[in-house]
Amino acid sequence: MILGVSIYEILTVSTIIFFIGVYGFFTRKNLIAMLMSIELILNSSVLNFVVINKYLFPQSIDGNIFSLFIIAIAAAETALALAIIINLYRLIMSLKTEEIETMKN
Amino acid sequence: MERIIFYIISVLMIIFAAVSVINRNIMRALISLLFVMLGFAGIYFMMNFYFLGAVQMTVYAGGIIILYITSIMLIEKIGQPLDAPKILRQIIAVAISSLGTGVVLFAIYNYNFTIAETSPSTSIKTIGKALINYSDTGYILPFEVVSMLLLAAMVGAIVIAKTYSRKKSTK
Repeated sequence: MILGVSIYEILTVSTIIFFIGVYGFFTRKNLIAMLMSIELILNSSVLNFVVINKYLFPQSIDGNIFSLFIIAIAAAETALALAIIINLYRLIMSLKTEEIETMKN
Repeated sequence: MERIIFYIISVLMIIFAAVSVINRNIMRALISLLFVMLGFAGIYFMMNFYFLGAVQMTVYAGGIIILYITSIMLIEKIGQPLDAPKILRQIIAVAISSLGTGVVLFAIYNYNFTIAETSPSTSIKTIGKALINYSDTGYILPFEVVSMLLLAAMVGAIVIAKTYSRKKSTK
């Protein structure tokens, strides 16, 4: 654990970043910007896993390994989502959420 | 000393996270996101999770941010700033996020965590052995499933983003 830093402070940081991500997800209208907000949310949940593993159950490494899996799945998700977004941009020449209303062009 | 470093990193992370959701220039927002990722890696390093910090830096700061940059550059209209959100939507979003922050922080500060006294540092050897261990506490199955998922995602991304000839698609 970090010397002199309690678990409450780290959980506070991760909570604030989580809800900053939620705010961005609600206010952004561009698809790539919304995906960036999701990255913030995922990262703060990874920090929660790590902190609880380190402070409450330091003998086990489950939180560490779960974080690795979350990072791997987030990478796969980002690659697929960006591929879909690029394809969508080719079809309708826009990335705004209001203009994406048909599934087939 | 570590406490001061932690506070500096957290304040910088919160500022950069706010910039990355507020700034209307998407490239600047992306670079702020990069600094948030590096801040997370710094916190992992301070908690002696060296392998996780290295993975965070290579996969997130190295891989995913570059992926974002290339796909932003593939899209032409990116020079102009993003749309500003409507005031009503902004107010609702601020209300929802601050309400959520309040509820979660209230729950956290009212819960009495039992902190473990000892804190052995986790070596990379332990993580590697746990990842390929096939006993009850091992993680061989999710490890293999994630490898298949990454392969499928790679093939899927290539197939989805592939350019088809315009004549066939528009007839």
